Amino acid sequence: MKRIITMTVNNRPGVLNRITGLFTKRHYNIESITVGHTEMEGISRMTFVVNVDDERIAEQITKQLNKQIDVLKVVDITDQAIIARELALIKVAVTSATRGEIYTLIEPFRASIVDVSRESVVVQVTGESEKIEALIDLLKPYGIKEVARTGTTAFPRGSQRAASSNKLPFII
Amino acid sequence: MAANMKLEEKVTQKTTMSGADMLIEALKAEKVEVIFGYPGGAVLPIYDKLYNSGVFHVLTRHEQGAIHAAEGYARISGKPGVVIATSGPGATNIVTGLTDAMIDSIPLVVFTGQVASNVIGSDAFQEADVVGITMPITKHNYQVRDIHELPKIIKEAFHIATTGRPGPVLIDIPKDMSVLEAEFDYDQEIKLPGYQPTMKPNHLQIRKLVEAVSQAKKPVILAGAGVLHANASEELRTYAEQQNIPVVHTLLGLGGFPADHPLFLGMAGMHGTYTANMALYECDLLINIGARFDDRVTGNLKYFAPKATVAHIDIDPAEIGKNVPTKIPVVGDAKEALKQLIHQNGKPADTKAWLEQLNNWKKEYPLMYKQEPGTLKPQRLIEMIYEYTNGEAIVTTDVGQHQMWVAQYYKFKYPHRWVTSGGLGTMGFGLPAAIGAQLADPKATVVSIVGDGGFQMTLQELSVIQELNLPIKIVIVNNQSLGMVRQWQEIFYEKRYSHSLIPNQPDFVRLAEAYGIKGLRATNEEEADRVLKEAFALNAPVLLDFHVTPDENVYPMVAPGKGLHEMVGVKL
Repeated sequence: MKRIITMTVNNRPGVLNRITGLFTKRHYNIESITVGHTEMEGISRMTFVVNVDDERIAEQITKQLNKQIDVLKVVDITDQAIIARELALIKVAVTSATRGEIYTLIEPFRASIVDVSRESVVVQVTGESEKIEALIDLLKPYGIKEVARTGTTAFPRGSQRAASSNKLPFII
Repeated sequence: MAANMKLEEKVTQKTTMSGADMLIEALKAEKVEVIFGYPGGAVLPIYDKLYNSGVFHVLTRHEQGAIHAAEGYARISGKPGVVIATSGPGATNIVTGLTDAMIDSIPLVVFTGQVASNVIGSDAFQEADVVGITMPITKHNYQVRDIHELPKIIKEAFHIATTGRPGPVLIDIPKDMSVLEAEFDYDQEIKLPGYQPTMKPNHLQIRKLVEAVSQAKKPVILAGAGVLHANASEELRTYAEQQNIPVVHTLLGLGGFPADHPLFLGMAGMHGTYTANMALYECDLLINIGARFDDRVTGNLKYFAPKATVAHIDIDPAEIGKNVPTKIPVVGDAKEALKQLIHQNGKPADTKAWLEQLNNWKKEYPLMYKQEPGTLKPQRLIEMIYEYTNGEAIVTTDVGQHQMWVAQYYKFKYPHRWVTSGGLGTMGFGLPAAIGAQLADPKATVVSIVGDGGFQMTLQELSVIQELNLPIKIVIVNNQSLGMVRQWQEIFYEKRYSHSLIPNQPDFVRLAEAYGIKGLRATNEEEADRVLKEAFALNAPVLLDFHVTPDENVYPMVAPGKGLHEMVGVKL
């Protein structure tokens, strides 16, 4: 099962290495990592998406991460009401015939074309991972030349009233 | 006097000094009595300052010796062991010791030299990525990048190493940082928002445990090294007696509960006693205090304590529920938790029938071995050492058969007398660890019991024992083989003794003499008795080479993959 774990860490040299090293040592698989500054100076936020077999391992991961001196706070937010977003850049092969079609196709995804050349366009899309998967699927028949994805970054919503462990299918 | 000291402190606060001087001042401020180390290029500025510093430095003959000595010192003194090694090979030589200390929760503060900041990353002479290498085997590590941070880093290191679940902390100091100068302020407050160990256990969980005990018919306490780290032996005994609960120990926990106590069942696990293992299998309430449910203790988890409600007291929350599902988690210091439990004074478990059953097992299935007149049985040897030292000596070992026999036959009466490499199982640990142990307790009788294999991994430290005239009794349980490997090959690999038999071991007595240490040999029980008497009468180091029966196996034994109740070799 997929778990989304966010944490705040001291922005010090080697911290990312500490964290990823811990995942390797404990044999946990990382699906994606994002790292960036927070509103507080010297503190970064990391978002991990990990694939684990059961809740026990998910709990172990958060506990082990918590033991790191440079880790300030760890939360497994999977079961909370969260905002989770990823950005993807998708380079799609186009011909003059298909270009218009692609424009129409990506519109409901609120994706945009950020680069155009004679043989290809670059589509930029943000959203939850499932939404990005869906768009990539739709674009596949045209011929995908390259995909770059950032991985998920996430945090809890301002209000947790709508929290539910059964996540709704993605909303475009 | 006090006023004077305060004045002095204020003066030091304002002083500007080099990084090397800071290190020495910090060691003094931390009241470090002894450091173990080995010089080299990158730590020359530090060693230069050590020269006239008054700090007691023990020059071991290999960095591995230094770190194991520091571990032995930490185990016995309860204070952090301090090590200095140079960059590159000096630092990589301490990797085994760091890992050993990490897995056995031993507080160490280790300083390594590093090449100068401006050449880091250029594959300079004696450069190694020590921070990278040691990241997974230290509780925390640092590289000094700004000389102004050094005092803060050292202070944090001592704090982190010794609090919560203890462990090794490493500080990598580039050579230029030892020379650069800055203000030395060691009075600053430690601010580590990401490190706040829980000491006081949750009251609600304690109540739950009290309730569970009152309901239990077959409770058992599994006490690990956490009891020793927390100095909670007294509390453990009081609690067990108050609640009538029998106690089993992990390997590392030995001594936490007196071995001659009627409630003691022995060590549990792969080579545990029948009674201890069956108690874990049959119990209805298992109270783990400061043990981490290591696989050598639990055997196959599928069959581990299958009928029990599990309670686990541990200072490290990550240990709770890691291997064994736990109904009553108690995060906190073992001493605090036991104090609260004693204070609650709940209704004791009704263990009359249970204790009777356990006592019957004890009588029916004691530890046993076959006597063979004219030979020296390793088990008998340990019993004799136990008798000569009245169960009160500090005993250090390596890993393997001799270690298991000591754990079985040396009945530790007191805490903090047992120094062994548990989790990592490090050969070559025992001899240098004895050096640290003896320095931590100069008056104690220290016996280093090692195998003929492990001894040769760190035997160069005989030099230190001779130099400092430490009256350590070095006992080589010489079976001319790597005994535990041989045992497994006998049992699981059809007696194909691949590279485990060493018939041409050197003459250890003459080796000892070459190092200026008295050497004695015994090949049967009578001789053993004689040489032990001679050795223990001498207030000097003695090496004793005991030729024991070579094909002896350690029993009982729980084969890998089996449950504790499936042990073999319980009867002759």
